[in-house]
Amino acid sequence: MTAGNGRRVGSPYAPHTDADEEAMLDAVGVDSAEDLFDIPGEVRFDGEFGVDSADEQELRNAMADLFSRNEELTEFLGRGHHAHYVPALVDDLSRRSEFLTSYTQYQPEIAQGFLQVLFEYQSMLVELTGLPVANCSMYDAATALAEAALLANRLRRGASGHRVLVPEHLHEGRLGVLENYLDGAEMEIGEYPMDDGAVDVETLADLVDDETVMVYAETPTVRGVIEERLADISDLAHDNDALFCLGSDLVALALLEEPASVGADVVVGEAGALGLGTAYGMGLGIFATREEYLRQVPGRLVGVSEDSADMRAFTLTLQTREQHIRKERATSNICTNQAWVALRTAMHMAWLGPDRLVDLATQAVTDARDLAARLDELSGVKAPLYDRHHFREFVVRTDQPAPAITNDLAGRGFAVHALDDHHLQVCITDANADAADGLVAAFEEVI
Amino acid sequence: MNFDQARFSRDDEYEPLLSEKDSTTVEVDSDGVLPDDLTRDELTLPALSEPQLARHYTRLSQMNYSVELGPYPLGSCTMKYNPSFTEDVAADPNAGVHPDRSDRTIQGTLGLLHGLQEYLADIGGMDAVTLQPPAGAAGEFTGILVAKAYHESRDDDRSEIIIPSSAHGTNFASAAMAGYDVVELPSDDDGRVDMEALDAAISEETAALMLTNPNTLGLFERDIVDIAEMVHDAGGLLYYDGANLNALLGRARPGDMGFDIMHYNVHKTFATPHGGGGPGAGPVGVVEELAEFLPSPMVRETAAGYEQYEPESSIGKVHGFAGNWLVLVKAYAYIARLGDAGLADASAKAVLNANYLASQIDLEVPYGPFHHEFAATSGDRDAADVAKRMLDYGVHPPTTKWPELVSQAMLTEPTEVEDKASLDDLAHAFNAAYADSDEALETAPTKTSARRIDQVSAARNPRLSWQALGDGE
Repeated sequence: MTAGNGRRVGSPYAPHTDADEEAMLDAVGVDSAEDLFDIPGEVRFDGEFGVDSADEQELRNAMADLFSRNEELTEFLGRGHHAHYVPALVDDLSRRSEFLTSYTQYQPEIAQGFLQVLFEYQSMLVELTGLPVANCSMYDAATALAEAALLANRLRRGASGHRVLVPEHLHEGRLGVLENYLDGAEMEIGEYPMDDGAVDVETLADLVDDETVMVYAETPTVRGVIEERLADISDLAHDNDALFCLGSDLVALALLEEPASVGADVVVGEAGALGLGTAYGMGLGIFATREEYLRQVPGRLVGVSEDSADMRAFTLTLQTREQHIRKERATSNICTNQAWVALRTAMHMAWLGPDRLVDLATQAVTDARDLAARLDELSGVKAPLYDRHHFREFVVRTDQPAPAITNDLAGRGFAVHALDDHHLQVCITDANADAADGLVAAFEEVI
Repeated sequence: MNFDQARFSRDDEYEPLLSEKDSTTVEVDSDGVLPDDLTRDELTLPALSEPQLARHYTRLSQMNYSVELGPYPLGSCTMKYNPSFTEDVAADPNAGVHPDRSDRTIQGTLGLLHGLQEYLADIGGMDAVTLQPPAGAAGEFTGILVAKAYHESRDDDRSEIIIPSSAHGTNFASAAMAGYDVVELPSDDDGRVDMEALDAAISEETAALMLTNPNTLGLFERDIVDIAEMVHDAGGLLYYDGANLNALLGRARPGDMGFDIMHYNVHKTFATPHGGGGPGAGPVGVVEELAEFLPSPMVRETAAGYEQYEPESSIGKVHGFAGNWLVLVKAYAYIARLGDAGLADASAKAVLNANYLASQIDLEVPYGPFHHEFAATSGDRDAADVAKRMLDYGVHPPTTKWPELVSQAMLTEPTEVEDKASLDDLAHAFNAAYADSDEALETAPTKTSARRIDQVSAARNPRLSWQALGDGE
């Protein structure tokens, strides 16, 4: 067996020469590597998976062919998974193998680079949220929300109930994940209604009680509405000794009210909109909270220390919260996380800087407003449905059946989401804004 | 081999923070955009040019060790080489679609997911696989929720999960998160499951037994067929932690051993990069009887093409969408590149490498025969100190002081990607560090970007952002 690319037998990434393999077997004292497997005959696998090896070039061609079966549509889709233009610098530097092929920083002396990037990421979240503690990542917004609810429940062990209140307009993925995470803690979920796309604060007031451990609200909501009464919602939660958890995303946070200033105890949400691009829902969950809840935080934290040369140095810290030390009493089971996505997001934020980040967020308001106004001019269309301020996306009511419209739009090269029979949701960012004229024209044709 | 890690420093800092290079406050002027009371007043972040950022991150990358720089034999972590081409495949612009797209328009994406479901089912000997869990621990949690749903569907109320004391910490945490009491199982003198203790632990409260096989000492649980029978006879399910699957490819399958549920760590076994801590992916495979409980959506092939569907009694969601797509693409590419022969060879070489390395080091390895990893002991020397000293020899050290069954454990997994010369370098690092003076060990490392870091003060006085450093820093 010879090593090298294109080899059809054996792993191309196992570099052993015949001579080396021979010498190693001799050193171990066996004739064949097969002799090293201590597997009882009754559970030995003698079959095949039926997967032929492929050389790199033919496999790349085959996978390009496979992906070419995806229709090339310009997507005006959002609902929790957003894409902005990702600068080349992010792809280029994040793919440096020193970052990409490293492990969790259990030996900090040899991993200062990644630790510093994560520390800088945490710091940017602290700036955007106004909360002093941010972890290095959760899997996505849904799991971050679920972890926030578990944190609230741990903090409120003395509460008479274990209810989390969530908005009527909540992404089905976030609700589904929340249900699964809360099941084991015997917590329950209560839903409060929306009024014209925003929180119905008066009804919420009737629903919050001493069984409530957390009130969750979002800005923007899953339908793109900017919430206007966050401080009132926060007060309702706090008046009942419940935590107020705010869901948002990094771009929106650059423009909208600072979460700490409206009383948020925990901020969760999606950060993959910066740094990742469209990735079939893959994301990066943000998690930030107050200092007093530090020891209840899930996931990894990078802190500052000094090394023996009295130099400032970074290290993972407060690990006694984590599963590898605390086992079943850990704050969470999370181990592998989204560190590399956090690195990409931090790079993207740094590339934008404060001016362009605020501009990007401002554009998300004005572009959505402009596009909605253009669609609203078409007959049989009302946009936006809610008389609210919007961020990136908005709901459109159509006289004609919405599913048929999305179908016809797909035929013209555009992907738009149908919420139900007569409602569509449209999302615009810098990644698709140049196609807005085309979308409006196509819309006019299909309705 | 001599080694000096790059180090950029000035005064009492290494590379300055972004915030020390620039801090710019912009006023948020929302005039005509939003009412003033809906916007923040100002935002303070670094405003740096692209060349400055390129240098910042490139310098930081040079202050970071990685598997492309040298061996990274962390036990139970499977730090193998990540093929370059898989990055290019995942970056294919046609591969990046939105999850709200209709099935009809994303046949390529669904085709890949379906193909990976099938690959993983075959490799594990399972009947159905979900790709949704975004990490190994998320896979464990998903698998335990499936077990819970199964028992509940039979009106069988069970409260306990049995886990060997040597298992990964995530097992305990995942079981607890799903609402179960954890029953910890001691190991026997051979380092395997203590069958008497298991017999005593199993009851009608047993929802599942979670096992890693080979276990965290690299030992195959030879009694696995009996173990499966005992658990099944009591009405429980058997869960396989896939962290150590790299030992078994093409030689044994969890499904054939009697496991009902398993997770795969594709960032370990199937070579997707660890990215400094993630993202990974933790697909879960189950036997036929449990397929109806898997998360939604799954992908199936019909005459009209691929479509997503919700299993009949699905537990629902464990990720907001469909998991870590980019990671799944890379795993698919790796499996398709290696095929049967390559996967089987990877395991053979991984096991050979571990055994060869163990034969070359002066440290005792108390338990065997081991497969892809072994737990050496540094005896009367502190394993953490030996590990710090190993850094000075240009290698990453093993996992230290775990599993606790071995005192001063150094859990070592070289993977198949190291050649003999590299393993000899690793062995030299082990032996030289092990033989070094107390002073050398205590002052190590000296060749890394940073010297020994004071972990205690980091935890005692948490400073978790540049804002917390203050002007006096």
